Amino acid sequence: MTSVALRTRALRLLEMVTTPLLPSDYLDLVDPLRAGAALRGRIEAIHPETSDAATVVIKPGRGWKGHVAGQYVRVGVDVDGVRLWRAYSVTSPTNRADGRITITVKAMPDGKVSNHLVRRAKPGTVIQLHQADGDFVLPAIRPAKVLYLTAGSGITPAMGMVREAELADVVMLHSAPTEADVIFRNDLHDLAADKALRLIELHTDTDGMLDIARLDEHVPDWAERETWACGPAGMLDAAEEHWARHGIADRLHTERFRPNVLVTGEGGAVTFTATDRTVEADGSTPLLDVGEQAGVLMPSGCRMGICFGCVTPLRAGAVRDLRTGEVITAEPGVLIQTCVSAAAGACEIER
Amino acid sequence: MTAIDPTAHLSDQQIEQLGRELDALRDEVISSRGERDAAYIRKVISVQRKLEMTSRGVLLFSLFPPAWLIGTAGLSVAKILENMEIGHNVLHGQWDWMRDPKIHSTSWEWDHVSPAAQWKHSHNELHHTYTNVIGKDNDLGYGIMRVDEDQKWQPFHLGQPLWNFVNACFFEYGIAAYDLELGRNLHKRRRNSPEFRARVREVGKKIRKQVLKDYVIHPLLSGPSFLTTLAATFTANLVRNLWSHSVIMCGHFPEGVQTFERRSIVGETRGQWYLRQMLGSANISGGKLLHIMTGNLSHQIEHHLFPDLPSNRYGEIAPKVQELFERYGLEYVTGSLPKQLFSAWRKVFRLSLPNRGVKTPDLAKERIAA
Repeated sequence: MTSVALRTRALRLLEMVTTPLLPSDYLDLVDPLRAGAALRGRIEAIHPETSDAATVVIKPGRGWKGHVAGQYVRVGVDVDGVRLWRAYSVTSPTNRADGRITITVKAMPDGKVSNHLVRRAKPGTVIQLHQADGDFVLPAIRPAKVLYLTAGSGITPAMGMVREAELADVVMLHSAPTEADVIFRNDLHDLAADKALRLIELHTDTDGMLDIARLDEHVPDWAERETWACGPAGMLDAAEEHWARHGIADRLHTERFRPNVLVTGEGGAVTFTATDRTVEADGSTPLLDVGEQAGVLMPSGCRMGICFGCVTPLRAGAVRDLRTGEVITAEPGVLIQTCVSAAAGACEIER
Repeated sequence: MTAIDPTAHLSDQQIEQLGRELDALRDEVISSRGERDAAYIRKVISVQRKLEMTSRGVLLFSLFPPAWLIGTAGLSVAKILENMEIGHNVLHGQWDWMRDPKIHSTSWEWDHVSPAAQWKHSHNELHHTYTNVIGKDNDLGYGIMRVDEDQKWQPFHLGQPLWNFVNACFFEYGIAAYDLELGRNLHKRRRNSPEFRARVREVGKKIRKQVLKDYVIHPLLSGPSFLTTLAATFTANLVRNLWSHSVIMCGHFPEGVQTFERRSIVGETRGQWYLRQMLGSANISGGKLLHIMTGNLSHQIEHHLFPDLPSNRYGEIAPKVQELFERYGLEYVTGSLPKQLFSAWRKVFRLSLPNRGVKTPDLAKERIAA
C-alpha cells in the first residue's frame, strides 16, 4: 500500500473516532496555524504608520505558499463578533527572514475592518487568510525603468514591489493630502537618500490634485517607463485614458480597490435556497452584502469582481452586474459574482 | 387546558401591542449582538471539546473504577453540553450572524442519531411554529401520550407513564423517529416513497456512525477496558437522554402550561403567535450552571418567543419578559427542576386515566383565534 493510501485510511479511522466532528476540529484547539489546517494567521504586532494607517505583522500558517511582490491577500477578521473579509496589499518583501508578512491598512471612514485593524486589533489574535492573489505584480524579467504612480493607500502594493527588488531606475510619484498622511514617508525618504528611487511627493491639500495631462512636468520620460498605478478611481481612469491616447496602454498596470459601479436598477426578493431564507434587496446592494446581512454563509474574496471567490449558482430570476449594467438571467450552470451583482427583480441563489 | 381563559382580559389591540413590545425587545438584542456573545459560544465549544477529549482519554483506562467514574461523568456532561447549549442552539441559527462557517446552522452536525437537517425541519419548522398545538406539535406527547383532558381517553393511555419512561431512556432514537414522522410515514402508501426512503437511509447512516464511534471504536481503543468503556459510553448516552428528556418535558408539560387546538391557530396574528408561545412554555429556575446544562432551555419561554437569539441572552432578557407577563396579567410558569419535573410527571400519570368529573368547555383557544 502506498503512503498516500495509508494516510487516507488512517484519516478515515480518525474521523470515525471524532464523528460528527473532524479530527481537525480538535487539532485547531491546539494549533490553528499547523500544516494541513485551514489557512490562518496570527497578528504579532501592529505598527502605526500615520494617524490613520498601520502596518499589521502577521505570522501565516504553515500552509502559506508565499506571495509575489504587488499581490494582495484576503483576510477574514472578526469585528464585533462578525467575520468580515477584506483584501489588502502585502507590503513586506518575499524574502523576509522571519517568514512573517505585513499588510498596511488605512482606516476608511465607516470602514469596519480597517478601523478595527488600525485602532482596536490586538497582537495574538488569529485571523483567517487566503493565499495571495492578484496580477498587479513585478514581472520576473525586471524592467529597466519604472514609474510607480500612487495616491493615498494606493502606495501599499507599490511599496511591496519597491521593497522586493532594487531596480536601476525607479521614480515614484505619490499623492497624499498632507505630509502627515504619507504612509511609509520615512522609509521612502531613506530610500530616496540611498538613491534607490527618485521620490516626487505631492501634497494635494496645498499642491492641488495631480493633473495627468501635465505628467511630463514631473516625469519627463514617463512614456519610456513601465508604470504601476494604484489609487482612487478618478486618477486611474485619467491614467488609463492618458496612456491609451499615447498608444502605450500596455505599459500601464493598474490596481483598483473598489469596483466601478455603472448601473443600478430595481431590486427584488432574494431567496437563498440552501439556507431557506428570503429577504428584500434593493437594486444597488451587492447580493454578497444582502446575504451576509441575512446571516447566510456567503463565500467572498476581493469584493470588487476580480477574484471569483464569491461565485454562486443563480437558480432563478435575474441579477444585474453593477459594473456593466448587464442583466443575467438564470439558466442551468449560470454562476454569478455576488460581490458585483444586485437583484434585478426576484431571484434565487444557491447559498 | 384550563377551564378559564387566561387571556380573556386582553383586547385584540392589547395583544398586538404586546407583540410590538416583544418585537422591540428582539431588535434590542439583535442590534447589540457582538464580540462578547461570539466569545461566549467559542468558549463553550472549546470547553466542551476539551472535556470530551479528556474524558474519552480517561476512559481508555476505564477498567479502574475511579477512571470509569470520572470519565463517564465527564463524557456525560460533554455530551449534554454538545446537544443542549451547542448543537440545539447552533442548529436554530442563533450564531449564524457571526458568519463563521464552522459555527453555522447550515454546516453543523451534532452528536445525535437524528441528522441535523432532518431535526432542523421537524424542530425549527414544526415544533416552533405549532408549539403546543395538539396533533400538530410532535413534542407534545410525541404522539404516544394523552396530554390534555380534552383528548379522548383510550385504554392504551394506561401505559403512558411507562411509554414516557422508555422514551426518556432512548430519547435520541425517539427524536429520530419523530423527525422521520414514522407514525405518519409507515402507512402503506407512504412507506415506499423515494423521499421517505432516502431519509430513512440518512438516519441509518447517522446511527451507524454514532453507534460505531461510541460502542465499537472507543471500546476497541481501550483494549482490555473494552467492556467497561462500552458501559461508560452507554451510560453517558443514557444520562444525556434522561436529562434532555426531562428538560424538554419541563418546557411544555408542567401544570399551568396551555395547549391549543388546531383550529385556534388559523389566521393567527404576530401578537397571537407570541401569546401562544408565552402560554405554551414554562421555565426552570436555577443557577448559571443549570442554565448552561439545559442549553438555556430553562429559559424556554424566552427561547420560544425568540428561537434564534443567542442563548446567552435569554437569561438577560428574562426579567423584561417577566415584567411584560405581569403587566399584561399573564402567568409566567416557572419553578425549580424537581418541582417542574414532578408536576409534568404527575400530569402524565393523571392523564393516563379517564377524566374525573364533568368536562368544562375551554374558552382559551377560541379567544386567541378571535
